[in-house]
Formats: sequence, structure tokens, C-alpha cells
Amino acid sequence: MQRLIVRRLLIAIPTLVGATILVFVVMRVIPGDIAYALLAGEEGAAQVDTDTLAELRRQLGTDRPLHVQYIDWIAGLLQGSLGDSMWNRLPVGGEIARRLPITLEIALLSVAMGFGAGLPLGIVSALRRDTWADLISRIASILFLAIPSFWLGLLILLLTTRLFTWIPPLGYHPLWSSPGTNLVQVLFPSLVIGSHLMAIVARMTRSTMLEVINEDYIRVARAKGFSERQIVLRHALKNSLLPVLTIASLSFGTLLGGAVVMERVFSVPGIGSYLIESITVRDYTAVQALVFIFAAAFILINLIVDLAHGWLDPRISSS
Amino acid sequence: MEAARTDGRLVDSFQRRIAGSGVYRFVLRKPLGALSVFMLSAVILAALFAPLVARYDTNAQDYQRRLEGPSPSHFMGTDEFGRDLWARVVHGSRISLLVGFASVLIGATIGLALGVFSGYTGGIVDDVIQRVIEVMLSLPGIFLALALVATLGSGLDKLIIALILIYVPRTLRVIRGAVLSTKQNSYIDAAKAVGARPMRIMSRHILPNVMAPYLILASGLLANAILIEATLSYLGLGVPPPHPSWGRMLANSVAQYAAAAPWMVIFPGLAITWLVLGFNLLGDTIRDAWDPRLRGL
Repeated sequence: MQRLIVRRLLIAIPTLVGATILVFVVMRVIPGDIAYALLAGEEGAAQVDTDTLAELRRQLGTDRPLHVQYIDWIAGLLQGSLGDSMWNRLPVGGEIARRLPITLEIALLSVAMGFGAGLPLGIVSALRRDTWADLISRIASILFLAIPSFWLGLLILLLTTRLFTWIPPLGYHPLWSSPGTNLVQVLFPSLVIGSHLMAIVARMTRSTMLEVINEDYIRVARAKGFSERQIVLRHALKNSLLPVLTIASLSFGTLLGGAVVMERVFSVPGIGSYLIESITVRDYTAVQALVFIFAAAFILINLIVDLAHGWLDPRISSS
Repeated sequence: MEAARTDGRLVDSFQRRIAGSGVYRFVLRKPLGALSVFMLSAVILAALFAPLVARYDTNAQDYQRRLEGPSPSHFMGTDEFGRDLWARVVHGSRISLLVGFASVLIGATIGLALGVFSGYTGGIVDDVIQRVIEVMLSLPGIFLALALVATLGSGLDKLIIALILIYVPRTLRVIRGAVLSTKQNSYIDAAKAVGARPMRIMSRHILPNVMAPYLILASGLLANAILIEATLSYLGLGVPPPHPSWGRMLANSVAQYAAAAPWMVIFPGLAITWLVLGFNLLGDTIRDAWDPRLRGL
């Protein structure tokens, strides 16, 4: 297991470095001259004074060669600095630290809901194949995969405003000082993201359970006289979890994206809405920092899933 | 194999006798496939004949009839400017299909070509391509799209470029995997032995064998493209104002009028769900036909 951890870390680190290059290329190389873009606006219509332009370039540090800018950014990252906002000149890191907890809350709650509902649904669907329970679960999964998350959020808002004249609380309410408001604030976004994740998990669990349930070792377990409950939980489920985890880890990207959109729909002041706000005001430093953080989170989640594979299947960690 | 084929022919002829038509047979044997064909062709026809189907101009404002509910004259009601929602939803299908087909046809086809090349050639070329792909996949699609829209600005063309950049590496990875397993077959060695050139082996022997995963992936990507377009347009970062995009119809002002005019929220969202569901079902159907083990997923 230790060797597996080391090996996976050795793969994750180059990927992370690659991600910094990708983010840098997209945010700094593709747009060309940021200073000009900031002064001229999106249409490039405004008159740009050359002195102001040079001054802004110097302030932003974009007058230096690209590789110097890149190394500067990486050096900052290693020292824990994400740079200063181009919008209000405040450190981006502080803003992110303030907004991160509520986004994490939404992410964790939706993962809990997605697996908590998706796994049982998939198991029941596979064990009671071709019954009405199976049919309902499959229709629900296929529907929740197709419904756009922001629309589901809007429908929930529509229902709550019409039926209960309730609108989502604005501003940030920490879990420790106002737990009630906080929970209401994260409940609906998590519910929407969770329903999407549930659909993915249920579909995959069903198909892998159906494959596993006919394996010889299941028949052996049955012949040994284990209870059906033990067979399903100890033998079948553990073996069908691997592909489910793989699919789930791939869809965490969608999950993170869903968090961004949901924060916007329900006016949650997390890092997702920070990303959208930063894009709207063309705050390149903040967008760069946030996109990098989401990429790092994605790589970290995949690393954890890889390690979970090793734990679920000893063959992987010993090979 | 032979027995199964005879059996299939028997069932076929039996069903032909009771049903009489090929369409009916398809509906009986693949109800979900038939449903997806129906759902998709409805949207494609609506998009092709939008000016005929729409009945109103998408931007014609009628202040006398603003925020009106669905009625025979306005199937889906009207919005806050008195514009006909049915006309806007019908024309919106053109944007969704354009973004979907343009990005997937270009992106997935480049990915297909590079995937076949990378997987068949192997060696250092393959290694380099794989390292680049790994990095590109380290950024979840929607964030790459958001970052590109942030730097390139919003617009239909930029959105399509962003989606192509997302779909090339995804297709490449899937196709390369399929190529690696196809390469093991002895008919590839046989083709080499009789002196077939690499281009011929790739196009005549490898390509047909990776078409099934390609088509399954492509229908999934079409659904994905439509969702990303709608989401970005909803966030105000996708398709700019004059176009009636489904996502943008749900943006900004809608929340304000939602309680009074719920149809403004319901119909554009239903349209997105309909089209995405159609492509998802199509992908499921192709997968069922290709790999019976996964049937009924």
C-alpha cells in the first residue's frame, strides 16, 4: 500500500505541473496583451493611451518575458500566494479562504447524497431486475442525467417561491454561528448536484452488480450458506464498487462544475460564484488562481480514488 | 453463431408477418432506440423548418400581450417583452444543434484520427501525445471552457472552439484504448504480412473496429455540448443576446418573472432536457447493439 501511495504521488505531481502550464497558457498566452484588453474593453473600442498602457503592463508584470511570469507565478504558489486581484488589488488567496468552506460543504454533502441514494438504488435495481422498482430507478437515473442542473435549481426556486414565498438567504452564514441558515443555504444546491451524481452511481452500480452477481464466488458464498444480505454487501458490492468509483471520479469534474453553477443559481457566496464574478469583471489573476484550484482539486480527488482502488482490490497495491 | 442467426431470421420473419413494416419492427425490438430517433428527429425537423414552425418572429415584441400564459395563439406563452416563447424555443434548437454538431464533428473526428494514429504507431510519438492528453484532461471540461471564454470573450464561435479543445483529448483517449485492443487481432498481422501499408491498415482494418465506441462517445459528447452551451449561456458567458439560446432564455430576468410566469422557466428547460435525453438514449441504444453484455443499462 505504501509503495502504491508513492507511485501514485509520482504520477500526480507531473500532472499537477502540467496543469499549471495549461492554466498559464490559457490565461496568459492565449489572451495576448491583458493590459490592452483591460483598457480597451471586450470590443476593443475605447481609445488606449500608450503611457497608461505601459504603466498598467508594468503594474501587472506582463511586460516581462512569459517564462519569467510563469516562474514568478509558480514561486508564488509554492509560497502559498495566489496573487493580487486585478479588480480590487486584494490578495486572491484571502477571498478564496473566506469562500472555500461553503463550497466544500456543498461538495461533501452532494457526494454523500449521491452515493447514499445511488448505491442502494443501483443494488435494488440489479437484485430486483425487471420489476417496477428497477424500472422506476432506471427512468429516474436516465432523467436526472439529462436534466440540466441549473434548470432543476431554478425549478426548485420556482416551487419554493410560489408555495412558501421562500427565497434563498443571501450572504455568508457560517455553520458554527448560524447552523440553521447555513444548512438551508447548502441543502438545495447539494440536492441538485447529488441527484445528478446519484443517477451516475445508480446506473453504474446496477450494471456492475448484474455482472458480479453471476460470478462463481457468489455461488460459492451462497453454497456456504451466507445470508443474502452478507453476500450482497460483503461479496458482490465490494467487487462492483471499483468501476463505480472510476466512473464517479471521472464525473467529479462535472460535480465541481455543478457546484459553480449551483452557487450562482442559489446566490451562495462560495468560490464557484467567485469564479463567475471574476470572469465577468475580467479579473485574470483570480480566474487563473481559481481554475488552478479546481484542477488541483480534481487531480487530488482522482489520486484519492486511485488509492481507494488499492484498498478495495489488494491485487492493485501488490502488483 | 449460425444457429443464432437463423433464429434471428425466424423471429424477424415472424415479426414482419405480424407487423408488416420495418419501422414497426424497429420500434418493437428497440423501443428506447425508436424513442431517441423520434425525439431527435423532432428537434432536427423543427430546426430545419424553424421559420415555418415558429409562427412568430423570435424578436417581435407585443407589449399588449406580455407574460401571457400558454394559449392556442401562443403555445408556450410569452415573455416579459411579449415575445412568443414557442418561436424562441423552436429557433433555439438551431443554436443547440449547431454548437453540438460543429464541436463534436470537428473535435471527435480530430480525436478519432489522432487516436487511431497514436494507438497504431505507438512508441515515442504515442508517449508524447499521451502526456499532453493527460494534462489536458486534468482540467475538467467546463473549467477549460470557462477559462477560454474568460480570455477569448463570449460568442458562438469561441464556444465551439472551446468545446473542440475539450473533446479532442477525450475522444483520443477512448479511441486509442480501442485501437490497442484491435491491434492484437491476427488479421492485423496478416495484413502486415501481405505488405499492406500503415495507412491502409489504419483506414481499412482499424478504423471500422473503433467506429462503435466512437459513435457511443460522440452521442454522449453531443449531449454534453448541449448542456455546456446551455449552462454557459445561462451564466451569461455563452451565446450573446440576439440569438435565442435555450440557456440564455433562462438567464437573468427570468428569476424576476418566474413566480408570475412559470412557463418562462419550464419550456426552455424542457427543450434542453428533451434534446439531451434524445442523445443519451441514442448512445445507450448503440452501446446495447454493440455490446450485448451491457444490455438494458
